[in-house]
Amino acid sequence: MTEFDAASAAVQAALDAGASYADARVMVRRAESMDARNGEIEELSQDEDAGIGVRALVGSGWGFFAVPDLSDAAARRAGARAAAIAAASATVPGPNAARVPAPAVSGSWASQCLVDPLAVPLSEKGDLLVNVTAAMKAAGADHAEGSYNIWDTRKWFVSSEGHRIDQHIRECGAGIAATVIGDGETQRRSYPSYRGQFGTRGWETVTELDLAAHAGRIAEEARALLTAPQCPAGTTTLILGSEQMALQIHESVGHAIELDRILGWEAAFAGTSWLDLAQLGSLRYGSELMNITIDPTIPGALGSFGFDDEGTPAAPRDAVRNGVWVGVLAGRDSAAVAGLDYGGSVRSDGWARLPMVRMTNVGLEPGPHTLDEMIAATDDGIYMDLNRSWSIDDRRLNFQFGCEIGWEIKNGKRGRMLRNPTYTGIGPQFWRSMDMLSSEVVAWGTPNCGKGQPGQVGHTGHPAAAARFTNVRVGVTG
Amino acid sequence: MSLDIASKVLDLVKAASPAAEAEVLVGGGELALTRFANSFIHQNVADASTAVRLRLHVDGRTAAGSATISGDSTTVDGEALGRLVERTVVAAGLAPPDPQWPGLAPAAEAPAVPPVDEATAHADPAERAARVRDFVAAAGGLETAGYCSTARVATAFANSAGMSASWVSALASIDGIARSGRNDGVARLASARLADLDGGRLGGRAAAKARALDDARELPPGRYEVVLEPTAVVDLLGNLAVWGFNGKALNEGRSFMELGAAQFDPSLSIVDDPFDPLGLGMAVDAEGTPKRRLAFVDAGVSAAVAHDRRSGAQSGAPSTGHALPGGAAFGAVPLALHLLPAEGPDASEVDGPGGRDQGGLGPMADSSVAALVSQVGRGLLVSDFWYTRVLDPRTLVMTGLTRNGVWLIEDGVIKAPVQNFRFTQSYPQALAPGAVLGIGTRSIGLPGDWEVMAYRAPALRLASWNFTGNPSG
Repeated sequence: MTEFDAASAAVQAALDAGASYADARVMVRRAESMDARNGEIEELSQDEDAGIGVRALVGSGWGFFAVPDLSDAAARRAGARAAAIAAASATVPGPNAARVPAPAVSGSWASQCLVDPLAVPLSEKGDLLVNVTAAMKAAGADHAEGSYNIWDTRKWFVSSEGHRIDQHIRECGAGIAATVIGDGETQRRSYPSYRGQFGTRGWETVTELDLAAHAGRIAEEARALLTAPQCPAGTTTLILGSEQMALQIHESVGHAIELDRILGWEAAFAGTSWLDLAQLGSLRYGSELMNITIDPTIPGALGSFGFDDEGTPAAPRDAVRNGVWVGVLAGRDSAAVAGLDYGGSVRSDGWARLPMVRMTNVGLEPGPHTLDEMIAATDDGIYMDLNRSWSIDDRRLNFQFGCEIGWEIKNGKRGRMLRNPTYTGIGPQFWRSMDMLSSEVVAWGTPNCGKGQPGQVGHTGHPAAAARFTNVRVGVTG
Repeated sequence: MSLDIASKVLDLVKAASPAAEAEVLVGGGELALTRFANSFIHQNVADASTAVRLRLHVDGRTAAGSATISGDSTTVDGEALGRLVERTVVAAGLAPPDPQWPGLAPAAEAPAVPPVDEATAHADPAERAARVRDFVAAAGGLETAGYCSTARVATAFANSAGMSASWVSALASIDGIARSGRNDGVARLASARLADLDGGRLGGRAAAKARALDDARELPPGRYEVVLEPTAVVDLLGNLAVWGFNGKALNEGRSFMELGAAQFDPSLSIVDDPFDPLGLGMAVDAEGTPKRRLAFVDAGVSAAVAHDRRSGAQSGAPSTGHALPGGAAFGAVPLALHLLPAEGPDASEVDGPGGRDQGGLGPMADSSVAALVSQVGRGLLVSDFWYTRVLDPRTLVMTGLTRNGVWLIEDGVIKAPVQNFRFTQSYPQALAPGAVLGIGTRSIGLPGDWEVMAYRAPALRLASWNFTGNPSG
């Protein structure tokens, strides 16, 4: 019995139990992670899970059931259970559950991978983390941490509309962090980002990071932060580095344009959105420099795939064009409710979770400037980079972010290092103040986006470049 | 049944690597969650699964692995178990040395956990849907959203040192909002008994809160005295657990805790109680160390931090039984915290949480909250916190926002609804000696951030909370 056979059996069982539509995903996922600290390995884990998740529609009610058993009998039972749960949903019914059309596709897709990360010897991977954390410790870190994560996911999707798709997605990445303990405080520097850099690529992602070359520097910078002056409080011109810009995009644009939030489907937990569909196509989200795309086709970016988990082929789409809001992240059902004609942004965190609207690669198109040009053009301001804390309200308006490090900018030059830099603002006011944008785009990967109940972890990509904003409140402290 | 699977894995390890120290954790069951939004059920999910986690220490090297499996103890996929053992043994052979390996938990008697409520463990979709229907109906036409969940978890642990334990637990939760315009009111409750969860009562409470938010006004940021309802207090417990009570963090100088010091108000006691009959029972932790009731804060004194075997060994202390699966890098965290209520009569819930014009409690969750509000000269009642994140773990300065209702209190009564604030506040400072002006007499069970968490808390009256922003910025 093949994985497609199991999925087909589950779909048929759901239909036999009264469903008008059903789909099923068989997913087999292998994950490997290693954590090192101060030159020693703390944790090595190799995890495998396999199972089938079935989604069924009865009347206007959806049901989902999942089991880690790919036998014919188990798949059929799962299909029937999904239909029974859907029938219970129909006792508190909503509007008709329409879906925008998705042509029945038979297809296959695999992410690019030059070096299979699971084939790299554990000893080689362990030596890398042991050595770089030992180097950070030797350079002054009180706590030197390094880690990598690898995910190898195969999925087989079948729907009652005729979809039959298989995909093989390999993701990996790594990062290091140096923490120093001061008098009643801690300071931290990371490379290349807060939790590392990740992509839908092979081990070459990690090799290209050259962690060893940055170990000593971040340890020294963390130590230097302990005696750096506190980021001043006030309103100023703010330049954000590309890593922090990735999070700014993720939190204040990516989540805000999720159609399920806009429709209220996440109101009780993740929240809603300040965006009103009536203003799609006319709302000024940001300055003319702001061009944001939804693009799951970017080779190697963490949010890339061939088909989403409803079988919609990956395709790029504008979210913000010349500062105007023009697109959303949608699924087939949410798009139908909103009167839109596209889905394509639905994924699930494994076979045991319901597919839902998730970010793919949501990022900025390049601007006309460089970071050096921005600094040179700034008489008085602050440059911040690498995220340390993040918080935003349930409508995705009021945010406050902390960064690991900041620098004064005076008369066009980078000056003193600043510790505990924070900035806060209201999303659209902030984006409308963006007056310079770098062309130096990096496709950052975020492997820990939480959403949904039960909780799901999403992997998202965010092409981002340094940018300058005016009249930003900085230096908020407790 | 799960213990049989754990024993099979140990037998396979013994055959493959006789000298290996091995521990096996088997967790299985069914998680079901019925989710509603715009007043109808839009997502309704369940999964039944069993996962096996194996950790090995061989020749000074450590590796762990896990796999999901199908079948029960008699039909379990033996090949899948064999593959798990084989690849974990290979990984342990290739891993770098682990000189900090603390050894296995020795054989000991596992404590008994409260008996599982079978009705909760085997609740069906119709029972969850009925509670959702009651919640929606009680909101009186307001839009509603939230979920009703039930979970049954069967857990077994066994190691090659002879320690073993198995138990079954169950938990049910309702968490929902009612929406009046852009104003949301919340009601949330968790219990080991689904029968304790009254969808209608909770829906009515959420609606009363939402209606009491109409015409909310903006107040300037600044320091305010506050009454935090239990739904907000749980956020304090969660962040204290992760950043403060984490023994590894204390070992490394990243926690504010100073054991034996009076860091909290003397009225405050926080215990971890894995045997709470209303919570998610646990017999041993992920390393097999028996669970026990443990005070982290005892009458204001920092009394303990959570250790697994590794962080305990590093500090010269025994494990406290708080190891998490795969948690060696992060450290140990208590999962069943209870901030003890004040002595006094248990505040009874009002029947029908009517609005102020109906003589009810309006936005206040219960009469215990009302008693604290009555003591406030000028301050704010806060229902809930949202998206709280740590700025510095050592000071535990957090930023976050209020959510699901804030009201101005003057002269002991609710005066007006207020729009949400952003805050930047050190949690230990907010609970420091002299800072806790009152504790509610009724604590309620609430779902935690993780599905394995279930916390209990009463309301708190605190002298000062640092609000650093409002809707204007």
